Parts: sequence; structure tokens; C-alpha cells
Amino acid sequence: MTPVIPPKWKQAVVTLAFIGLLWGSVELNKKNVRSANGPTKADPQAVERYGFKLEDVAKASGIDFVHQPPKLDPKLAPIQERIADMGAAIAVCDFDKDGWQDLYFTNSFEDSKNVLYRNLGDGKFEEVAGKLGIADVNKTGTGVSMGALWGDINNDGWDDLLVYKWGVTQLFISNQGKSFTDVTATANLPKWMNTNTASLLDYDSDGNVDILMCGYFNEKIDLWNLTSTDIMPDSLEYATNGTPKHLLRNLGGGKFEDVTEKVGLLKNAWTLASIAADLRGTGYPDIFLANDYGKAEMWRNDGGKRFTDIGKEAVTQQPKSGMNAVMGDIYNDGRLSIQVSNIWEDNLLQQGNNVWVPKDGNKPGQLLYENQANALGLENGGWSFGAQFGDLNNDGTQDMYLVNGYISLDQKLSYWYDYAKFSVGNGTLIRKAENWPAVRGRSLSGYQQKRVWTNDGAGRFQEVGQAIGATDLYDGRAVALVDLWNRGVLDVVTANQRGPVLVYKNTVKPGRHWIKVNVTGSSKVNRSAIGAMVTVHWAGMKQTQVLSAGTGFCAQNDHRLHFGLGETVNVDKIEIRWPGGKLQTLVNPKVDSTVEVVERTAS
Amino acid sequence: MTPAITMSPAPPRKFQIDTRFVGPILISAILVIGHLFFGILEDWRKTVACFSTSIIIEMAIGYFIVGRLPHLASAWVGGISCGILVRSPEWWPYLVAPCIAILSKYVIRLHGRHLWNPSNFAVAALLLIAPQTVASLSIQWGNHVLPMMIIWLFGGVIVYRLNRFHISGTYVLFFFLFAALRALLSDDVSPLLIRFQQEIAPITGPMYQLFVLFMITDPKTTMHSKKGQTIVAFLVAGMECVLRYFGPRMGLDHIATHAPYYALTIMGPSSNLLEILWNRKAKAPTAGITPTPAVA
Repeated sequence: MTPVIPPKWKQAVVTLAFIGLLWGSVELNKKNVRSANGPTKADPQAVERYGFKLEDVAKASGIDFVHQPPKLDPKLAPIQERIADMGAAIAVCDFDKDGWQDLYFTNSFEDSKNVLYRNLGDGKFEEVAGKLGIADVNKTGTGVSMGALWGDINNDGWDDLLVYKWGVTQLFISNQGKSFTDVTATANLPKWMNTNTASLLDYDSDGNVDILMCGYFNEKIDLWNLTSTDIMPDSLEYATNGTPKHLLRNLGGGKFEDVTEKVGLLKNAWTLASIAADLRGTGYPDIFLANDYGKAEMWRNDGGKRFTDIGKEAVTQQPKSGMNAVMGDIYNDGRLSIQVSNIWEDNLLQQGNNVWVPKDGNKPGQLLYENQANALGLENGGWSFGAQFGDLNNDGTQDMYLVNGYISLDQKLSYWYDYAKFSVGNGTLIRKAENWPAVRGRSLSGYQQKRVWTNDGAGRFQEVGQAIGATDLYDGRAVALVDLWNRGVLDVVTANQRGPVLVYKNTVKPGRHWIKVNVTGSSKVNRSAIGAMVTVHWAGMKQTQVLSAGTGFCAQNDHRLHFGLGETVNVDKIEIRWPGGKLQTLVNPKVDSTVEVVERTAS
Repeated sequence: MTPAITMSPAPPRKFQIDTRFVGPILISAILVIGHLFFGILEDWRKTVACFSTSIIIEMAIGYFIVGRLPHLASAWVGGISCGILVRSPEWWPYLVAPCIAILSKYVIRLHGRHLWNPSNFAVAALLLIAPQTVASLSIQWGNHVLPMMIIWLFGGVIVYRLNRFHISGTYVLFFFLFAALRALLSDDVSPLLIRFQQEIAPITGPMYQLFVLFMITDPKTTMHSKKGQTIVAFLVAGMECVLRYFGPRMGLDHIATHAPYYALTIMGPSSNLLEILWNRKAKAPTAGITPTPAVA
């Protein structure tokens, strides 16, 4: 006989289950609770616990640059901070080849100056941009800087400088690091673009560095002289009014040809980050683009002649707010994953960061990825902008440093409600800037704590930003990793919107080893060796890095690729796959040193 | 006497849709079309999990409590609503939300009626107790005018045929009136027309299509009389206006952003409760008649 449960008992069971669900939700939510934004202090035991600590030494080093935003058309005044929200950028280079990495920072106020801090090697820097002729690039009427890249455009052994702008992009050819010549007038660059990302790449592997430039606001718009305020995206998710990109083929002699149509790179978007790498081992770099207000793009390079958009298959995804793109070998298995920054605001907009990891079982040449950001613990970065992969504690795995924070104005007043209220509106409303609620000094995801994640090598990242000393709350835009004092560690440099540059000097736990690889092209490879893939094998592991000119939001890292080795003192070999596909191997290189590798010319 | 003409019963229709499934079918159609054309779902697997959980829990709990399988229209629409409206990078909210929705119907009851709209309760509850994990639908479905008009048009016709148009209509009317009021009171320096556009922007987004057509019209959780339903729709719009206006001024941006959910969460059960109490009062013995004493 089936026992009959009294109705009251049944009700009690259901009620208990109901309460349990609510309680369980509170408990499950705790995993995502972070300490409130605000100033914190570093853990004095950070080196012991996490293997490293950071300390800002910018002022002590003589770096006092503060970024200034542009002042755009008065019609945009009510939401000026929303529009003029980018422009703080970093590009690292040893422009004078003295062995010390130097730092170029962009400014964005009209008639303001960009700066180049020459590294004196003794802990101090001197500002030399004006002296070299690469400071005065924000003249009224020519637009303002959004970013910069170094690369040997003319293969003379000296890095040249590209400054991309909301306005006229400028190209400077290095005169052996002693001065620069502005060749913009003859280079055949786009007349006017609202560029927010550029990459140097040799797309056709002809040995010359080409330029990819991608825009944000439509290139027909002059943000200082608007005829209409119809300049905003017509959707914050599926915008259809983006702007064309431009691929400029290097013809030599400082001249370029726009081959965008010829190679089929035809898609308008609001692009904020671009990265190129030979992901299929063809010898030709493929391109990944992170787009704001839309889906990411992945372009397959078909033999240096055409590009095919395979983004829909490769990275199946919801449109988000892509603001950064970097590649990293996070599992030490030679596969490059792609991180894309997005926006996360508790309870309001949870577009977590993406980490596109190549799928297991991909056939050779196949580019299929899955987003593992949540499982890896890399999803919540706040209002994320620039991020970089790099081994910050030299333990042999790639960690991540991410800057964030959108608009930090009055800390007590929030623009979020007005932003959320209006941004869900129909495209006919939101595409006009004049319709947007005025900012009126309020913050929007401001004063955010930076994120630093250490990689345990087994697929899990731990967030340690506050503990290791990344305690600033500026509106971070770009971050670059560079060994500033040739100590075998990655220091961290950040550029902040409307804020000072920070130089975080890294102190790594003693006893951890490293190796750096500095590659140079000679005959068939561009001199900067941009696009070279370097794989270091040690202790049964391997880690691959790609040499990119332009990686992450408006940033360029140290040209020398840095590999932490943990406590290992032997490296089995280093493999270099040069642009074009040629392989070169070095056996048993010396650890704790920089290995110089020049493209072997003999077949 | 046999009549010359005999009336034979009408032949049964070959195919007839239970009217209670009209709403769920429509919302499903919107979902499928929206996803195919605009990819509206963050992860369709999560929505399927949400829907499936809702159906399974409804069947299981219904059978456990009343001993038979319940009608599944409510679970269908609730599962899909939760699957669309809940936004989270985690999986668990898509499983927990339909469970909370279904269980709320069996737990929070008074005089045989559940008080809250189940999916509204679940979404509002998760937004409050799991703010770091859960947000709600806030994106546009492509931001094109045409699909928006089509959804409003078809949805309006369906709601009209279900005799619920007065609820949606009243809410929309007062949303616009209260938007005008907020625009007038706003301290933004923009021209009045622009301030008004800013205030009406949310209703041009997808969340309101679901909210107005399917959530506030839920037959089980609104008053029975047409007049009462109209008043409740007005009160929801009014409470939403209060939350939208005062929320940001009190540093409660998240409350203001999700104002419609909270407004319905507050006003829906309150009015149901009043109706239940009025009905009890109406049925109570009138004065002067001595009730039969209870047996001691």
C-alpha cells in the first residue's frame, strides 16, 4: 500500500525547497562578490605568496606625463566624457638601440604634445619627443592621437613610428634614432580616419611591414566640426553604422597602397583592437578584430592574396563590447588563445570578458574556438580595456594584467541609470548624440580596481591585483609589459585616460629563471620580424608567443619576447617560425639571458 | 412528434489550440525568430535548460501536491520568460529561476491563489539576492523599427483576443504619461522633447515587449474585474515611475534600472491581496445574523 503523505507535509517540503533555493542562490552568488571599489594596500607578503609584487615608480623615474582628452564639437558637450573616452596609449621601443626600452605615450588634447621617455638605464628617463620631432602631432585641424606603433617600415634596422589618430594618421621615419622625418604627405595613408587601433603586419610575407588601420566613428565624421550629431552607433549590440578598415601594403620607400578592396577586407565596424598572427601555420598572418557594439571578426589569410571572414564559425558568440585583443599560450601547449575585454557591471550589464581557446580536436589549419573565460576565472574585469598576457612572476605560465574603469568623475554620482535607460532604446533614438542624457559630472563604472590574474598552469587564474600592489583606480586604457631595467622580469606600464602614466616596477621571487628572445629579420623577413612565432621548450613543456606590433588596446609591448621558466635552469630548444613559414631552431640556449636570433639566410 | 429538422451537433474540429497556449506559442515564436535573425540569446542552451527545468518542475511539484499533472501553459511561458529575461554568465540562474518561479506558485498562496506572477517574482528575487551574478535583458534586438512594430502589433492582437488588451493598453498609456512627468521634473538641461525621448527609450526596447504583453497580463496574478485590472496596470506604471525617479537620486541605480520588475513585484500581489480581503469581507455574514456557534 502506497503511504499517503498529508497535504501539510507536502506543503512543508515544497516550502523548504523554496527557501533552500533562495538561500542557495545567495550562497552561489558569493563566488562573484568582489570587495567594493576603493583604495587598498598591497600585501607585504606578496612576493612570498604570489611570486611577485609591483610598485609604481613613475614619478621617481622622472615620468610625470598626464593624459589630456580632446575637446570636441560643442554639440557633444553634454556627453563629452563619453565621446572623448580614449586616447591614452603606450608604445614600447628601443628607438636608439642603446639596449634600454623606451616609452612613447600619446596625448589627445588639441595642440598637446606626445612624449617619448628615453630610458637612461639608471632608473631615470628623459623626455625627448620634442627634440626628435615626434611630439607635436596633435595640431588643431589634424586631429588628435589615439595610439602609436613602432616598426621598421623601411627595413633599415631602425624602428619608425606610426601615430594613428582621430584625424590624420602620421608616419615618421627614423634617422638612425637621432631624429625622425614626417613622411605623412607622401606615404598615401588614409586622408582622415577616426582610428582606434592599428597593427603592423606583413600580410603578404614579402618582407615589408604593412599597416592595418581600423576605425571607430565613421571616417566621414570630423568630431570637431559636426554637421549632425548622428554619429553614435545605431545599436549597442548590432551596430550597422561602423566604418571601413584599411589595409595598406608597403611598397617600399615609405609609400603605401590601399589594398583593402583588393584583398576583400570589406566590413564596416566599430573596431577597438586588432591583432595578427599566423594561426594556421601557413606563413601568412590571420587577423582577429575586437569590435565594440558588435561581434568580433576573424579573417583567414588566403596566401597573402585574399582575406575571408570566418568569425561566425571560429568564435560563435553574442555581440559584446570588444575593447582588447591579445593572444597567449595559457595552457603551455603551443596553442594561442585570444582574450577580448568587455564590460561587467554587477546587476546591470554582465558582458564578461571572452577567452577564446582553440577547440580540442581542431584539424590542422582549422580555427574553431570556445569561450572559456568563466571556467578560467578571467571573466569579470569590470569595465575592461587593455589587457596583456605575460609571465609576471616567472613561474613558467602566462598571467594577465588588465586595466579598467570607464569614467571616474564625481565618485558619489553615477551615470549608470541614465546610460542603461537610454542605451536599450531604439536605434533611431540612440544614434544621435544630442539625444543622450548629459553626463553632468557623474561617474560611469569609475574608480575600478585593476585585475591581475596569476595562472596556475592547470586552467585556473587567481585574481591578486590588490595584493601584489596594482592599487591604482585610474581609468586605465592601455597596458604594456616591458623589461625596463633588463632584470629578466616584466614591468608593467599603464596609460590612463585623463590620468598619469604609471610605471609598476616588478619584483619577482628570487630563484625563478627566465629567457628572452629577440628576433630580427634579415633577407626575406621584415627587419622587425613582426609576426615571428617563438616557441620555447623546457622541462617537458612548451610555450609559444607571437611577436606583434600592436597588441591589446592601443599598446605595444617589449620587442623581446619574455619567457618565465620557474626553477628550471635548462631550456631544451627555441623554435622560431618566421613570417613566410621558415623554421629555425636553437638548442640549449643559456637561461637568464636575452638570446639574439637573426633570420638565417642560408637555405 | 418529431421535428422536421433536427439539429445535429457541430462536427469536431480537426485541430484546435487550447487558448491558454496562444500566449506561450507567440512568445516562443518571437524567441525563435529573434534568435534566428538577431541572435538574441546569449546561449540558446541556457534558455532550453531554463524552459525544460520549468516544465519538469511544474509537472513534478504539481503531481506531488495535487496528485495530477497540471496544465503546462504557465510553466511554458514562465520558463521562456526566465530564459530570456535572466542574463548571467553562470548556468545556475537559468536552472534556479524557473524553480523559484514554479515553487512560488505553490508556496506563496492565499485562499487558493498565488500572489505573484511567477517569472516576475523569480527575476526580481534573483536580481535582489544575486546581484553579482544576475542581470536582466538589456540589449536591443537589432534596434530596427520594423521587428519592434511587428512584435507590438501581433502581440497586441493576441492580447486583445485574450481580452487583456485593456491591461497592456493602460500600462503603455500611463508609461508615456509618467515618462512625460519625469521629463518635466528632470534636472537635465536638454530640451523637453529630448528629455521625453530619453524617458520613453526603455519601452522601445525588447524587455518591455515581454513585460507588457506577457508578464503584466498573467491571468492568475491580476485582479479578476476588468476595472481592477486596469487600476493595477495604472498602479504598476505609477510605482515604476516612482522607482525610476527616486532610485537614482537615492543611489539605487540598480533598482531604477529594473524598475518594471520591482513595480510589478510590489503592486501585483498588493492588489491581489486587497481583492482577496474584499472578497472575504463580501462573503462574510452580514450584521444581525448570528453565526452558528462552533461545536465546542
